[in-house]
Amino acid sequence: MELLSNLALGFSTAATFDNLLYCLIGVILGTLIGVLPGIGPLATIAMLLPATYKMSDPTTALIMLAGIYYGAQYGGSTTAILVNLPGESSSVVTTLDGYQMARQGRAGPALAIAAIASFFAGTVATFLLAAFAPPLAEVAFKFGPAEYFALMTLGLIAAVVLAHGSVIKALAMVIFGLLLGMIGTDVNSGVARFSFDVPELSDGIEFVAVAMGMFGFAEIILNLEQGEKREVFTSKVTNLFPRWDDFKQAFPAILRGTGMGSMLGILPGGGAVLASFSSYAIEKKISKTPEKFGKGAIQGVAGPEAANNAGAQTSFIPMLTLGIPTTPVMALMVAAMMIHNIQPGPQVMSSNPKLFWGLIVSMWIGNLFLVVLNLPLVGMWVKLLSVPYKVLYPAILLFCCIGAYSINNNVFDVFMTIPFAILGYIFKKLDCEPAPMLLGFVLGKLMEEYLRRAMTISRGDWSVFVTRPLSATLLAIAAVLLVIVFLPAISKKREEAFAGDD
Amino acid sequence: MRIRNHRDFWAGVLFLVTGILFMILSRQYQLGTAAKMGPGYFPTILGGLMALLGLGIMLPAFAKRGPEVRVDRIHFKTIVLILVAVAVYAATLPKLGFIVSLVLLILISSLASHEFNLRTTLISSVVLLVFSWLVFVKGLELQFPFLPVFLTR
Repeated sequence: MELLSNLALGFSTAATFDNLLYCLIGVILGTLIGVLPGIGPLATIAMLLPATYKMSDPTTALIMLAGIYYGAQYGGSTTAILVNLPGESSSVVTTLDGYQMARQGRAGPALAIAAIASFFAGTVATFLLAAFAPPLAEVAFKFGPAEYFALMTLGLIAAVVLAHGSVIKALAMVIFGLLLGMIGTDVNSGVARFSFDVPELSDGIEFVAVAMGMFGFAEIILNLEQGEKREVFTSKVTNLFPRWDDFKQAFPAILRGTGMGSMLGILPGGGAVLASFSSYAIEKKISKTPEKFGKGAIQGVAGPEAANNAGAQTSFIPMLTLGIPTTPVMALMVAAMMIHNIQPGPQVMSSNPKLFWGLIVSMWIGNLFLVVLNLPLVGMWVKLLSVPYKVLYPAILLFCCIGAYSINNNVFDVFMTIPFAILGYIFKKLDCEPAPMLLGFVLGKLMEEYLRRAMTISRGDWSVFVTRPLSATLLAIAAVLLVIVFLPAISKKREEAFAGDD
Repeated sequence: MRIRNHRDFWAGVLFLVTGILFMILSRQYQLGTAAKMGPGYFPTILGGLMALLGLGIMLPAFAKRGPEVRVDRIHFKTIVLILVAVAVYAATLPKLGFIVSLVLLILISSLASHEFNLRTTLISSVVLLVFSWLVFVKGLELQFPFLPVFLTR
């Protein structure tokens, strides 16, 4: 039983005092920022990334950063249920039925079911990760440059398909990201491209500066424009435990949500977000009483909550096995590994087994922490929401500035956030989603490198991408995906699926 | 020809212009051949693709059918205040140190809120200063100049 011995190794790594402590810190921080709207896991992880330089063990760093990510999914649902305000984009659907349950005086069971669903999904996803990562890494070893290029193309196309809004705009955003990734010294020729003789630019633009500007700062400006409209649902949360028939109704939904989330999480792009939406749609469709949805149906809480947590967890699979980040958060995980001189990819599992399995097991432990901690602490999280935004946003701004400075101990990176904040703001006004751009930015240099290698090996013959079976398959999937979203019937459905998600 | 969808139109223009700009800028780098790509090869292709997509976004904005979509009002005051706050923070940090730049950042950025209140702003500056000192300086041992340069000499 190799799986069991691997998990045992993971347990012994994750259960050391330091790792448990940082796991706990991670999930508490994650819940905190999940509860607070206006600051997401991306900005928080970016902020804390420099702090992990100090940690001697990269495993500890990754455990904490991962905790922030899935902790945020938990926190997001708490505010969705109690305040009708999604803390994270993946908990938007939870507001539909969760808030209704709260209004009917059933906030307790709604919170409990959300937590139980998340924990169950987290457990299953952890096992899936442990079971599927090794064979996938095995496949990855067979990959040549052509396959890697094809895989990244597929990844980017999938991100485009899953992004909200116009497909063609998302495509343009991806390419814009790839182009921004070109800025800096070209590894093959040593030429500093698009750097305009600015020495700091010859190292390329710092990812953290781009992420903070486009997500953190642009978001703050947009929030301020809209003014504050927040209504805190103040009734006390009593009677946490769900009734027996709540369980009976919720359990199948949890199962389906877990399956849905696990599958969609592996795909690039906002896996967790799409998973929760799809799960809600399915639950409503197969329910015998669809009219109850939107009026406090417990399945409408259980399914999406399971789905978004499973999705958050399985999105680690491509990052850990192929070394390719599929979401901006995963790109930061890759950056954290690079800081500690670990090249992400299929070899991580054999060269750093402790890191690999320790991280996986820590996710399960973290989920346990979240259930145990969150239900009793719900009151405290809700109190946090009474902190007015006018006090909150200068603090967020400050923490981002500290984070950006600490990347290289240089104010240049702080200045760099400014043009990206403007860009992020303009893109929002023009209905262009920034997430695909960020993914393109991360993959830009890698893609160019693999394209070059593949073309050098084939002596300039472009057909190499379709004559190699693996690469041809990957590209074919990408092409099919693109064709499908442009079909009129599908594009209409897609609009419906994302409607109301703003 | 009337622009129906202003958001699409301007997004298209943005992509078209940026794409062409990248293509022009790439001309100063060697193109190379497909087998031996120079530094200009990939950016040129990408720039071209982006310009085409920009056209594809821009042109349908003239379609006769469909509702009129306008770009929302841009609040210049908010943008300027927030970003000036960040710029001032970055500009003052190396010479004047963290304490000064923190207070400036909080003060300037707080002005962007509809409900600015000097007392709350000052209180939160102090709280954040203590918090940052404990967490970032003592706890995480991040390196940044804390006091103004002329005081530390």
